[in-house]
Amino acid sequence: MNRAGENIKNEQIEIKLLLEAVSLKYGYDFKNYSFAHLKRRLEKRLNSSDMDNFSQMQHRLIYDASFFNLILLDLSINVTEMFRDPWVYKKIRGTVIPVLKTYPYINVWHAGCSTGQEVYSMAILLEEEGMKKRAQLYATDFNELILSRAKDGIYPMDVMREYINNYHKSGGKNDFSDYYAADYNHAIIKHGLREKILFSSHNLVTDGVFGEMNLIFCRNVLIYFNKELQNRVLKLFYDSLCPGGFLCLGTKESIKFSELSDAFEIVCEQEKIYRKRR
Amino acid sequence: MAVSNHSYEAIVVGVSAGGLVALAEVLPKLDKDMTLPVMIVQHQSHDSDDFLVRYFDDLCRHSVKEVEDKMPVESGTIYFAPANYHLLVEPDKTFSLSTEARVNYSRPSIDVLFESAADTYMDRLVGIILTGANSDGTNGATRIKELGGLIIAQDPETAEADAMPMSVIKHVQVDHILALNRIGDFINSLNQKEN
Repeated sequence: MNRAGENIKNEQIEIKLLLEAVSLKYGYDFKNYSFAHLKRRLEKRLNSSDMDNFSQMQHRLIYDASFFNLILLDLSINVTEMFRDPWVYKKIRGTVIPVLKTYPYINVWHAGCSTGQEVYSMAILLEEEGMKKRAQLYATDFNELILSRAKDGIYPMDVMREYINNYHKSGGKNDFSDYYAADYNHAIIKHGLREKILFSSHNLVTDGVFGEMNLIFCRNVLIYFNKELQNRVLKLFYDSLCPGGFLCLGTKESIKFSELSDAFEIVCEQEKIYRKRR
Repeated sequence: MAVSNHSYEAIVVGVSAGGLVALAEVLPKLDKDMTLPVMIVQHQSHDSDDFLVRYFDDLCRHSVKEVEDKMPVESGTIYFAPANYHLLVEPDKTFSLSTEARVNYSRPSIDVLFESAADTYMDRLVGIILTGANSDGTNGATRIKELGGLIIAQDPETAEADAMPMSVIKHVQVDHILALNRIGDFINSLNQKEN
Protein backbone atom coordinates (compact mmCIF):
# COMPACT_ATOMS: atom_id res chain seq x y z
CA MET A 1 0.00 0.00 0.00
CA ASN A 2 1.36 3.43 -0.89
CA ARG A 3 1.60 6.37 1.50
CA ALA A 4 -1.71 7.85 0.40
CA GLY A 5 -3.35 4.47 0.91
CA GLU A 6 -2.02 4.26 4.44
CA ASN A 7 -3.32 7.76 5.12
CA ILE A 8 -6.80 6.64 4.13
CA LYS A 9 -6.64 3.89 6.75
CA ASN A 10 -5.30 6.31 9.35
CA GLU A 11 -8.10 8.76 8.61
CA GLN A 12 -10.66 6.00 9.08
CA ILE A 13 -9.25 5.47 12.57
CA GLU A 14 -9.38 9.19 13.32
CA ILE A 15 -13.00 9.41 12.14
CA LYS A 16 -14.03 6.43 14.28
CA LEU A 17 -12.41 8.06 17.32
CA LEU A 18 -14.14 11.35 16.57
CA LEU A 19 -17.52 9.59 16.43
CA GLU A 20 -16.76 7.90 19.74
CA ALA A 21 -16.03 11.33 21.22
CA VAL A 22 -19.34 12.68 19.89
CA SER A 23 -21.16 9.78 21.46
CA LEU A 24 -19.40 10.09 24.84
CA LYS A 25 -19.74 13.84 25.07
CA TYR A 26 -23.10 14.58 23.45
CA GLY A 27 -24.92 11.23 23.34
CA TYR A 28 -25.49 11.22 19.58
CA ASP A 29 -24.47 7.93 18.03
CA PHE A 30 -23.29 8.25 14.43
CA LYS A 31 -21.06 5.18 14.56
CA ASN A 32 -23.36 3.17 12.32
CA TYR A 33 -23.95 5.82 9.70
CA SER A 34 -22.76 5.11 6.15
CA PHE A 35 -19.03 5.67 6.40
CA ALA A 36 -18.45 7.20 2.97
CA HIS A 37 -21.22 9.71 3.64
CA LEU A 38 -19.91 10.61 7.10
CA LYS A 39 -16.42 11.11 5.76
CA ARG A 40 -17.64 13.44 3.01
CA ARG A 41 -19.57 15.60 5.45
CA LEU A 42 -16.76 15.77 8.00
CA GLU A 43 -14.20 16.45 5.28
CA LYS A 44 -16.26 19.36 4.05
CA ARG A 45 -16.33 20.87 7.54
CA LEU A 46 -12.61 20.25 7.95
CA ASN A 47 -11.79 21.94 4.64
CA SER A 48 -13.75 25.04 5.60
CA SER A 49 -12.02 25.29 8.98
CA ASP A 50 -8.49 26.22 10.07
CA MET A 51 -7.81 22.66 11.22
CA ASP A 52 -5.54 20.16 9.52
CA ASN A 53 -6.99 16.80 10.48
CA PHE A 54 -9.82 14.89 12.13
CA SER A 55 -7.95 14.51 15.41
CA GLN A 56 -7.85 18.28 15.81
CA MET A 57 -11.54 18.36 14.98
CA GLN A 58 -12.19 15.78 17.66
CA HIS A 59 -10.45 17.92 20.28
CA ARG A 60 -12.31 21.03 19.21
CA LEU A 61 -15.76 19.46 19.28
CA ILE A 62 -15.23 18.07 22.78
CA TYR A 63 -14.41 21.51 24.16
CA ASP A 64 -16.61 23.67 21.93
CA ALA A 65 -20.32 22.80 21.90
CA SER A 66 -21.09 25.45 19.31
CA PHE A 67 -18.64 23.78 16.92
CA PHE A 68 -20.34 20.46 17.58
CA ASN A 69 -23.68 22.02 16.68
CA LEU A 70 -22.30 22.83 13.25
CA ILE A 71 -21.28 19.22 12.82
CA LEU A 72 -24.68 18.07 13.98
CA LEU A 73 -26.24 20.11 11.19
CA ASP A 74 -23.66 18.81 8.70
CA LEU A 75 -24.66 15.27 9.53
CA SER A 76 -28.38 15.75 9.18
CA ILE A 77 -29.35 16.08 5.54
CA ASN A 78 -32.50 18.13 5.20
CA VAL A 79 -33.39 17.93 1.54
CA THR A 80 -37.15 17.48 1.26
CA GLU A 81 -40.20 18.72 -0.63
CA MET A 82 -43.95 18.71 -0.30
CA PHE A 83 -45.38 15.76 -2.25
CA ARG A 84 -41.84 14.64 -3.07
CA ASP A 85 -42.02 11.97 -5.81
CA PRO A 86 -45.68 12.81 -6.50
CA TRP A 87 -46.28 9.42 -8.11
CA VAL A 88 -45.64 7.83 -4.70
CA TYR A 89 -48.39 9.96 -3.12
CA LYS A 90 -50.67 9.05 -5.98
CA LYS A 91 -50.11 5.39 -5.16
CA ILE A 92 -50.70 6.05 -1.45
CA ARG A 93 -54.00 7.67 -2.39
CA GLY A 94 -55.04 4.84 -4.67
CA THR A 95 -53.70 1.80 -2.82
CA VAL A 96 -53.07 2.51 0.86
CA ILE A 97 -55.85 4.96 1.70
CA PRO A 98 -58.71 2.58 0.73
CA VAL A 99 -57.34 0.07 3.26
CA LEU A 100 -56.83 2.69 5.96
CA LYS A 101 -60.43 3.84 5.47
CA THR A 102 -61.60 0.52 6.87
CA TYR A 103 -60.16 1.45 10.29
CA PRO A 104 -62.11 3.63 12.74
CA TYR A 105 -58.94 5.53 13.69
CA ILE A 106 -55.44 5.58 12.24
CA ASN A 107 -51.95 6.56 13.40
CA VAL A 108 -49.34 7.76 10.93
CA TRP A 109 -45.68 8.25 11.80
CA HIS A 110 -43.23 10.30 9.78
CA ALA A 111 -39.87 9.14 11.09
CA GLY A 112 -37.02 11.54 10.30
CA CYS A 113 -39.47 14.26 9.28
CA SER A 114 -36.79 16.88 8.70
CA THR A 115 -38.38 20.31 8.07
CA GLY A 116 -41.88 18.81 7.83
CA GLN A 117 -42.85 19.09 4.17
CA GLU A 118 -43.82 15.45 3.77
CA VAL A 119 -45.90 15.24 6.93
CA TYR A 120 -47.88 18.33 5.86
CA SER A 121 -48.36 16.68 2.48
CA MET A 122 -49.84 13.67 4.25
CA ALA A 123 -52.09 15.91 6.36
CA ILE A 124 -53.42 17.48 3.15
CA LEU A 125 -53.95 14.09 1.57
CA LEU A 126 -55.85 12.80 4.61
CA GLU A 127 -58.03 15.91 4.69
CA GLU A 128 -58.91 15.48 1.02
CA GLU A 129 -59.74 11.84 1.59
CA GLY A 130 -62.09 12.79 4.43
CA MET A 131 -59.93 11.06 7.05
CA LYS A 132 -58.57 14.00 8.94
CA LYS A 133 -60.92 13.66 11.88
CA ARG A 134 -59.97 10.07 12.53
CA ALA A 135 -56.24 10.31 12.05
CA GLN A 136 -53.34 11.26 14.28
CA LEU A 137 -50.04 12.17 12.67
CA TYR A 138 -46.72 11.92 14.49
CA ALA A 139 -43.61 13.58 13.14
CA THR A 140 -40.23 12.94 14.69
CA ASP A 141 -36.64 13.94 14.11
CA PHE A 142 -33.48 13.72 16.22
CA ASN A 143 -32.48 17.28 15.50
CA GLU A 144 -34.38 19.73 17.74
CA LEU A 145 -33.57 22.76 15.63
CA ILE A 146 -34.90 21.11 12.48
CA LEU A 147 -37.92 19.84 14.40
CA SER A 148 -38.81 23.36 15.54
CA ARG A 149 -38.69 24.50 11.92
CA ALA A 150 -41.01 21.65 10.98
CA LYS A 151 -43.40 22.73 13.71
CA ASP A 152 -43.37 26.33 12.43
CA GLY A 153 -44.45 25.17 8.98
CA ILE A 154 -43.12 28.27 7.27
CA TYR A 155 -41.61 27.89 3.80
CA PRO A 156 -40.28 30.35 1.24
CA MET A 157 -42.85 31.29 -1.40
CA ASP A 158 -40.58 30.39 -4.32
CA VAL A 159 -40.33 26.74 -3.24
CA MET A 160 -44.07 26.63 -2.54
CA ARG A 161 -44.59 27.41 -6.21
CA GLU A 162 -42.57 24.31 -7.06
CA TYR A 163 -44.59 22.25 -4.60
CA ILE A 164 -47.79 23.21 -6.47
CA ASN A 165 -46.65 21.09 -9.43
CA ASN A 166 -45.93 18.12 -7.19
CA TYR A 167 -49.31 18.53 -5.51
CA HIS A 168 -51.21 18.35 -8.78
CA LYS A 169 -49.12 15.44 -10.11
CA SER A 170 -49.90 13.57 -6.88
CA GLY A 171 -53.61 13.73 -7.61
CA GLY A 172 -54.36 16.80 -5.46
CA LYS A 173 -58.00 17.72 -5.68
CA ASN A 174 -58.15 21.33 -4.56
CA ASP A 175 -56.51 24.69 -4.99
CA PHE A 176 -53.12 24.21 -3.29
CA SER A 177 -53.18 27.77 -1.98
CA ASP A 178 -56.11 26.80 0.26
CA TYR A 179 -53.58 25.08 2.51
CA TYR A 180 -51.44 28.05 3.47
CA ALA A 181 -51.51 31.74 4.19
CA ALA A 182 -48.92 33.75 2.32
CA ASP A 183 -47.25 37.09 2.45
CA TYR A 184 -44.87 38.29 -0.24
CA ASN A 185 -41.98 36.00 0.71
CA HIS A 186 -43.31 33.22 2.87
CA ALA A 187 -46.12 30.75 3.24
CA ILE A 188 -47.33 29.37 6.55
CA ILE A 189 -49.19 26.09 6.60
CA LYS A 190 -52.70 26.69 7.87
CA HIS A 191 -53.50 25.90 11.46
CA GLY A 192 -56.09 23.22 10.69
CA LEU A 193 -53.37 21.03 9.20
CA ARG A 194 -50.75 21.73 11.83
CA GLU A 195 -53.06 20.85 14.73
CA LYS A 196 -53.33 17.25 13.49
CA ILE A 197 -49.60 16.68 13.87
CA LEU A 198 -47.71 15.91 17.04
CA PHE A 199 -44.05 16.84 16.66
CA SER A 200 -41.56 15.23 18.98
CA SER A 201 -37.92 14.39 19.35
CA HIS A 202 -37.06 10.79 18.57
CA ASN A 203 -33.74 9.31 17.55
CA LEU A 204 -34.02 6.22 15.36
CA VAL A 205 -30.52 5.19 16.38
CA THR A 206 -31.09 5.07 20.11
CA ASP A 207 -34.83 5.38 20.91
CA GLY A 208 -37.45 2.67 21.01
CA VAL A 209 -40.82 1.61 19.64
CA PHE A 210 -43.31 4.32 18.77
CA GLY A 211 -47.01 3.49 19.18
CA GLU A 212 -49.39 1.28 17.19
CA MET A 213 -48.93 2.69 13.72
CA ASN A 214 -51.01 2.01 10.62
CA LEU A 215 -48.58 3.75 8.31
CA ILE A 216 -44.93 4.69 8.74
CA PHE A 217 -43.21 7.07 6.36
CA CYS A 218 -39.45 7.12 6.41
CA ARG A 219 -38.05 8.34 3.14
CA ASN A 220 -34.39 8.97 2.38
CA VAL A 221 -33.34 8.53 5.98
CA LEU A 222 -32.11 4.93 5.88
CA ILE A 223 -29.68 5.74 3.04
CA TYR A 224 -27.47 7.45 5.63
CA PHE A 225 -27.27 4.34 7.83
CA ASN A 226 -25.09 1.28 7.41
CA LYS A 227 -26.63 -2.15 7.06
CA GLU A 228 -26.46 -2.95 10.76
CA LEU A 229 -28.32 0.20 11.71
CA GLN A 230 -30.81 -0.26 8.88
CA ASN A 231 -31.63 -3.67 10.33
CA ARG A 232 -32.20 -2.13 13.75
CA VAL A 233 -34.45 0.61 12.42
CA LEU A 234 -36.46 -1.71 10.17
CA LYS A 235 -37.02 -3.95 13.20
CA LEU A 236 -38.14 -0.87 15.14
CA PHE A 237 -40.63 -0.07 12.37
CA TYR A 238 -41.83 -3.65 12.29
CA ASP A 239 -42.46 -3.55 16.04
CA SER A 240 -44.18 -0.15 15.80
CA LEU A 241 -46.65 -1.23 13.10
CA CYS A 242 -49.97 -2.91 13.75
CA PRO A 243 -50.45 -6.17 11.81
CA GLY A 244 -51.00 -5.27 8.16
CA GLY A 245 -49.58 -1.78 8.74
CA PHE A 246 -47.84 -0.04 5.85
CA LEU A 247 -44.25 1.13 5.52
CA CYS A 248 -43.18 3.61 2.87
CA LEU A 249 -39.46 4.09 2.17
CA GLY A 250 -37.55 6.31 -0.27
CA THR A 251 -37.82 5.18 -3.89
CA LYS A 252 -34.17 4.07 -4.06
CA GLU A 253 -34.24 2.40 -0.65
CA SER A 254 -35.11 -1.24 -0.25
CA ILE A 255 -35.67 -3.87 2.39
CA LYS A 256 -34.20 -6.38 -0.07
CA PHE A 257 -30.68 -6.13 1.35
CA SER A 258 -31.78 -6.26 5.00
CA GLU A 259 -32.58 -8.99 7.51
CA LEU A 260 -36.22 -7.89 7.51
CA SER A 261 -36.85 -8.65 3.84
CA ASP A 262 -39.23 -11.51 4.69
CA ALA A 263 -41.09 -9.66 7.42
CA PHE A 264 -42.88 -7.40 4.95
CA GLU A 265 -44.74 -8.04 1.74
CA ILE A 266 -44.19 -5.75 -1.23
CA VAL A 267 -47.28 -3.68 -2.03
CA CYS A 268 -45.76 -1.38 -4.67
CA GLU A 269 -42.29 -2.24 -5.95
CA GLN A 270 -41.40 1.10 -7.58
CA GLU A 271 -42.90 3.27 -4.86
CA LYS A 272 -41.32 1.17 -2.10
CA ILE A 273 -44.53 0.61 -0.21
CA TYR A 274 -44.45 -2.45 2.04
CA ARG A 275 -46.88 -4.11 4.40
CA LYS A 276 -46.15 -5.90 7.65
CA ARG A 277 -46.99 -9.57 7.32
CA ARG A 278 -49.73 -10.72 9.69
CA MET B 1 -1.87 -1.92 -25.37
CA ALA B 2 0.14 -2.83 -22.29
CA VAL B 3 -1.34 -1.73 -19.01
CA SER B 4 1.55 -3.01 -16.84
CA ASN B 5 1.08 -5.98 -14.59
CA HIS B 6 -1.05 -3.99 -12.16
CA SER B 7 -4.44 -5.58 -11.52
CA TYR B 8 -7.71 -3.78 -11.03
CA GLU B 9 -10.89 -4.34 -9.07
CA ALA B 10 -13.37 -1.76 -10.32
CA ILE B 11 -14.02 0.90 -12.95
CA VAL B 12 -15.78 4.24 -12.40
CA VAL B 13 -17.03 6.31 -15.31
CA GLY B 14 -18.10 9.96 -15.35
CA VAL B 15 -20.04 11.30 -18.30
CA SER B 16 -22.31 14.23 -19.00
CA ALA B 17 -23.49 15.97 -22.20
CA GLY B 18 -23.29 13.56 -25.14
CA GLY B 19 -23.21 10.58 -22.81
CA LEU B 20 -25.85 8.40 -24.41
CA VAL B 21 -23.92 8.16 -27.68
CA ALA B 22 -20.54 7.80 -25.97
CA LEU B 23 -21.71 5.02 -23.64
CA ALA B 24 -23.42 3.24 -26.53
CA GLU B 25 -20.00 3.15 -28.22
CA VAL B 26 -18.14 1.87 -25.15
CA LEU B 27 -20.39 -0.43 -23.13
CA PRO B 28 -21.59 -2.93 -25.77
CA LYS B 29 -17.94 -3.58 -26.67
CA LEU B 30 -17.13 -4.98 -23.26
CA ASP B 31 -16.33 -8.70 -23.35
CA LYS B 32 -18.33 -11.04 -21.20
CA ASP B 33 -15.10 -12.12 -19.45
CA MET B 34 -14.30 -8.51 -18.54
CA THR B 35 -15.78 -8.93 -15.10
CA LEU B 36 -14.72 -5.70 -13.36
CA PRO B 37 -17.79 -3.91 -12.01
CA VAL B 38 -18.44 -0.66 -13.92
CA MET B 39 -20.03 2.20 -11.95
CA ILE B 40 -21.34 5.11 -13.97
CA VAL B 41 -22.47 8.62 -13.12
CA GLN B 42 -24.27 10.05 -16.12
CA HIS B 43 -25.56 13.55 -15.44
CA GLN B 44 -29.27 13.72 -16.16
CA SER B 45 -32.35 15.67 -15.25
CA HIS B 46 -33.49 15.21 -11.64
CA ASP B 47 -36.78 13.65 -12.71
CA SER B 48 -35.40 11.16 -15.24
CA ASP B 49 -36.76 7.63 -15.04
CA ASP B 50 -34.76 4.43 -15.52
CA PHE B 51 -34.59 4.77 -19.32
CA LEU B 52 -30.77 4.62 -19.39
CA VAL B 53 -30.73 1.37 -17.50
CA ARG B 54 -33.32 -0.31 -19.69
CA TYR B 55 -31.64 0.98 -22.85
CA PHE B 56 -28.18 -0.31 -21.94
CA ASP B 57 -29.46 -3.54 -20.45
CA ASP B 58 -30.79 -4.38 -23.93
CA LEU B 59 -27.58 -3.28 -25.62
CA CYS B 60 -24.91 -4.86 -23.39
CA ARG B 61 -23.65 -8.35 -22.68
CA HIS B 62 -23.39 -7.45 -19.00
CA SER B 63 -26.24 -7.05 -16.59
CA VAL B 64 -27.07 -3.34 -16.19
CA LYS B 65 -28.66 -2.07 -12.99
CA GLU B 66 -29.77 1.17 -11.41
CA VAL B 67 -28.25 1.29 -7.94
CA GLU B 68 -30.46 0.90 -4.91
CA ASP B 69 -29.12 1.79 -1.50
CA LYS B 70 -26.88 -0.90 0.10
CA MET B 71 -26.71 -2.98 -3.06
CA PRO B 72 -23.49 -5.02 -2.99
CA VAL B 73 -20.97 -4.33 -5.77
CA GLU B 74 -20.88 -7.47 -7.92
CA SER B 75 -18.48 -8.43 -10.65
CA GLY B 76 -19.62 -8.46 -14.26
CA THR B 77 -22.24 -5.81 -13.63
CA ILE B 78 -22.69 -2.28 -14.92
CA TYR B 79 -24.26 0.16 -12.45
CA PHE B 80 -25.87 3.56 -13.02
CA ALA B 81 -26.40 6.17 -10.32
CA PRO B 82 -30.12 6.96 -9.99
CA ALA B 83 -31.26 10.44 -11.01
CA ASN B 84 -31.19 12.99 -8.20
CA TYR B 85 -29.02 10.91 -5.82
CA HIS B 86 -25.30 10.95 -5.23
CA LEU B 87 -23.71 7.52 -5.54
CA LEU B 88 -21.00 6.45 -3.08
CA VAL B 89 -19.02 3.27 -2.52
CA GLU B 90 -18.62 2.18 1.10
CA PRO B 91 -15.46 0.55 2.49
CA ASP B 92 -17.30 -2.82 2.60
CA LYS B 93 -17.91 -2.58 -1.18
CA THR B 94 -21.58 -1.85 -1.03
CA PHE B 95 -23.23 1.21 -2.55
CA SER B 96 -24.85 4.00 -0.61
CA LEU B 97 -26.88 6.94 -1.85
CA SER B 98 -27.21 10.50 -0.63
CA THR B 99 -29.47 13.46 -1.30
CA GLU B 100 -27.04 16.02 0.05
CA ALA B 101 -26.56 19.26 -1.89
CA ARG B 102 -25.47 19.25 -5.50
CA VAL B 103 -21.73 19.12 -6.10
CA ASN B 104 -20.54 21.00 -9.23
CA TYR B 105 -24.24 21.78 -9.80
CA SER B 106 -24.81 18.06 -10.15
CA ARG B 107 -26.57 15.28 -8.30
CA PRO B 108 -25.35 12.65 -8.93
CA SER B 109 -21.87 14.13 -9.01
CA ILE B 110 -18.91 12.37 -10.60
CA ASP B 111 -16.56 13.68 -7.90
CA VAL B 112 -18.65 12.09 -5.14
CA LEU B 113 -18.52 8.65 -6.78
CA PHE B 114 -14.84 8.90 -7.74
CA GLU B 115 -13.64 10.09 -4.32
CA SER B 116 -15.52 7.45 -2.34
CA ALA B 117 -14.53 4.68 -4.77
CA ALA B 118 -10.88 5.82 -4.60
CA ASP B 119 -10.91 5.51 -0.80
CA THR B 120 -12.29 1.99 -1.12
CA TYR B 121 -10.31 0.53 -4.04
CA MET B 122 -7.20 2.73 -3.79
CA ASP B 123 -4.65 1.63 -6.43
CA ARG B 124 -7.01 -0.98 -7.86
CA LEU B 125 -9.41 1.55 -9.36
CA VAL B 126 -9.72 2.80 -12.93
CA GLY B 127 -11.42 6.17 -13.51
CA ILE B 128 -12.68 7.15 -16.95
CA ILE B 129 -13.82 10.65 -17.92
CA LEU B 130 -15.92 10.88 -21.05
CA THR B 131 -17.70 13.70 -22.86
CA GLY B 132 -19.22 16.54 -20.85
CA ALA B 133 -19.62 20.30 -20.73
CA ASN B 134 -18.41 21.00 -17.19
CA SER B 135 -15.54 20.04 -14.90
CA ASP B 136 -17.21 17.53 -12.57
CA GLY B 137 -14.88 14.56 -12.08
CA THR B 138 -11.61 16.47 -12.01
CA ASN B 139 -11.35 16.46 -8.20
CA GLY B 140 -12.34 12.82 -8.08
CA ALA B 141 -9.74 11.91 -10.70
CA THR B 142 -7.14 13.76 -8.65
CA ARG B 143 -7.99 11.60 -5.64
CA ILE B 144 -7.81 8.41 -7.71
CA LYS B 145 -4.33 9.37 -8.94
CA GLU B 146 -3.15 10.23 -5.41
CA LEU B 147 -4.11 6.75 -4.32
CA GLY B 148 -2.32 5.07 -7.19
CA GLY B 149 -5.26 4.32 -9.51
CA LEU B 150 -5.43 4.73 -13.27
CA ILE B 151 -7.09 7.63 -15.12
CA ILE B 152 -8.31 7.56 -18.70
CA ALA B 153 -9.66 10.63 -20.48
CA GLN B 154 -11.62 10.52 -23.68
CA ASP B 155 -9.68 12.31 -26.41
CA PRO B 156 -11.45 15.71 -26.45
CA GLU B 157 -11.30 15.66 -30.27
CA THR B 158 -13.69 12.71 -30.20
CA ALA B 159 -16.00 14.14 -27.52
CA GLU B 160 -19.34 15.73 -28.26
CA ALA B 161 -18.57 18.16 -25.40
CA ASP B 162 -14.86 18.53 -24.70
CA ALA B 163 -14.80 20.57 -21.45
CA MET B 164 -14.92 17.64 -19.05
CA PRO B 165 -12.07 15.59 -20.56
CA MET B 166 -10.09 18.83 -21.16
CA SER B 167 -10.42 19.77 -17.50
CA VAL B 168 -9.15 16.42 -16.27
CA ILE B 169 -6.27 16.42 -18.79
CA LYS B 170 -5.30 19.93 -17.65
CA HIS B 171 -5.38 19.26 -13.91
CA VAL B 172 -4.53 15.58 -13.51
CA GLN B 173 -1.62 13.48 -14.71
CA VAL B 174 -3.84 11.22 -16.80
CA ASP B 175 -2.44 7.85 -17.82
CA HIS B 176 -4.09 7.55 -21.23
CA ILE B 177 -5.97 9.82 -23.59
CA LEU B 178 -8.00 7.59 -25.88
CA ALA B 179 -10.29 8.09 -28.83
CA LEU B 180 -13.86 7.09 -28.03
CA ASN B 181 -13.79 4.04 -30.30
CA ARG B 182 -10.72 2.61 -28.49
CA ILE B 183 -11.97 2.86 -24.92
CA GLY B 184 -14.00 -0.38 -24.96
CA ASP B 185 -11.03 -2.44 -26.16
CA PHE B 186 -8.79 -0.77 -23.63
CA ILE B 187 -11.12 -1.79 -20.78
CA ASN B 188 -11.12 -5.36 -22.11
CA SER B 189 -7.33 -5.36 -21.90
CA LEU B 190 -7.17 -4.42 -18.21
CA ASN B 191 -5.78 -7.03 -15.88
CA GLN B 192 -8.30 -8.20 -13.37
CA LYS B 193 -7.63 -9.13 -9.79
CA GLU B 194 -7.73 -12.87 -9.28
CA ASN B 195 -10.46 -13.72 -6.84
